[in-house]
Amino acid sequence: MVGFVGKRVLHGLVSIVGASILIFVISRLSGDPIVLMLPVEAPPHVIEAMRRNLGLDLPLWRQYLIFAGHALTGDFGMSYRWQTPALDLVLDRLPATIELAVAGLVFSVCLAVPLGVLSAVHRGSWIDTVGKGFAMLGQAMPGFWVGLLLILVFSIRLNWLPAFGHGGISHLIMPAIALGWYPVAAQTRIVRSAMLDVLESDYIRMGRALGAPERVLVWKYAFRNAAVPLVTMLGVYFASMLGGAFVIEVIFAWPGLGRTVVEAVFSRDFPVVQAGVLFTSILFVTCNLLVDLSYGLIDPRIRRDG
Amino acid sequence: MAEGAFAQAQPAGPPVAQSRPRFGRVRRLFRNGLPIGPLLLFGMVVIAGLSGDGLAPHDPGALNLGAAFRPPAWLAGGSAAHLFGTDNLGRDIFSRVIVGANIALVVAAYAIVLSGTVGALVGMVAGFFGGAVDALVMRLVDIQMSIPSLALALVLAAVLNPGLSTVVIVITITYWTWYARIIRGEILSLKERDYVALARVAGVSTPVIFARHLLPNILNTLLVLATLQIGQVIIFEASLSFLGLGIQSPDVSWGLMLADARNYIQNAWWAITIPGVAIALTCLSANLIGDWLRDTIDPKRRQL
Repeated sequence: MVGFVGKRVLHGLVSIVGASILIFVISRLSGDPIVLMLPVEAPPHVIEAMRRNLGLDLPLWRQYLIFAGHALTGDFGMSYRWQTPALDLVLDRLPATIELAVAGLVFSVCLAVPLGVLSAVHRGSWIDTVGKGFAMLGQAMPGFWVGLLLILVFSIRLNWLPAFGHGGISHLIMPAIALGWYPVAAQTRIVRSAMLDVLESDYIRMGRALGAPERVLVWKYAFRNAAVPLVTMLGVYFASMLGGAFVIEVIFAWPGLGRTVVEAVFSRDFPVVQAGVLFTSILFVTCNLLVDLSYGLIDPRIRRDG
Repeated sequence: MAEGAFAQAQPAGPPVAQSRPRFGRVRRLFRNGLPIGPLLLFGMVVIAGLSGDGLAPHDPGALNLGAAFRPPAWLAGGSAAHLFGTDNLGRDIFSRVIVGANIALVVAAYAIVLSGTVGALVGMVAGFFGGAVDALVMRLVDIQMSIPSLALALVLAAVLNPGLSTVVIVITITYWTWYARIIRGEILSLKERDYVALARVAGVSTPVIFARHLLPNILNTLLVLATLQIGQVIIFEASLSFLGLGIQSPDVSWGLMLADARNYIQNAWWAITIPGVAIALTCLSANLIGDWLRDTIDPKRRQL
């Protein structure tokens, strides 16, 4: 078990280091931040001094090592634009993104579970058809467009919900739906096929033969087992929401990590882009690692293969 | 000589493909019934895309501030001249939707061919040779997959100059891992088959084994993966363009149209609805065709 955990953790660390190199190299490929930071008429010696000041005159690999060394101590450099430590900026925005991702996950699960269970119980009926249709639509509509439609209907037409910003539950509803929209289809399919398997098992047939009410059979006996595949996938879905949040946060002016990084990309604010994307990756890898480890806990066979 | 003999002696290949008569492959396509609706819909998108602005009734970029915010033809105040109405600058939305199909399809075609080729090649090499090559490739795939795709795309898009080729590069870099992983898995089981082992023993060169014994057996999977990718690529392009990091004006993209319309969401609901409907219908039809292809020619991939 220790070997399995150690191996997975090591793989995770390699991924994060690799990701940091990738992000660092890409973000230095072109685009001189100095040009954006100083006025056009700045004299050459000022530009040169600034470049040296920020360490942008060193070879790329040395820049990376300096970056990595500092990053390990939590120092991602100062934001070129805000003149505050990049890490502070990222950590400041992270809770809002996590809040949004959790809300999106809750929305998608709350929709996918009833849809999946009912589709399985009434297999081939109109409910099944509606479920399938919903899943097809969900995968064809971009989340950001769903967000725009929600704003159009619930903010502009009906004036029920605020179109943007961060605050109470009312601010959270529409971004959560827009973010949770896409994974509903996949989650419904997981629940449906797991339910179909369980419903055909002997113990459910036995329960039915003994006269247990259908509702108890479905929700108490069948669903508890059918939920396992979905539960083990939740970490993966949460991780994918962190990525999806990049566009959704922009639409709803959500003060999270995604919007901060998008803004930093436009102003070539390298430290913030690096810290933001690297933090997203670390969260992403951690979630997937936890999923892997939970498989190992649930199913000992994986431990041996791992 | 030996090569030819082995090329014929492959009864151990996928049983479906081998045991059927010559026309089996074509006939199988019709077994589940054709998805007529999606094929028609996607056909329309393709025709619109191929026509460029040939089918567009107006110049998609022509400004006419006097005709700004005209509603679609079926609403009061709309006119037949502007079927889907006009946007904030008086540009004809119908024409822009048609021209937008072009960019969507061009991006999808380039991105799918590039990512599919790179991914399939890397996956084949990794799966066939195994060992250190395989380990290295799989680590690379892991690393790439540890960065959420849109985040990686943002970093790339910021560095390269935004535009069509950047979008294609970004999508290729994001999606090759998908092909590589799946093709590698296929190759791992394919290379254990007798006909591949025999070919190796007989001294058939590696490129010939790749071209003659491996590639034909992964073509079905590649075709299914590529079709299922169309919708994803179109949404990805729309998202990037929406953020301002993809297609740039004066080129017309559905995502860019949504970005423009977002600022006038209170004035013109149609400007924010219609390009999205175009995206959704295109992706829906592509996905339905992909599902049908998968169920018909590659049923073991139902999980995709």
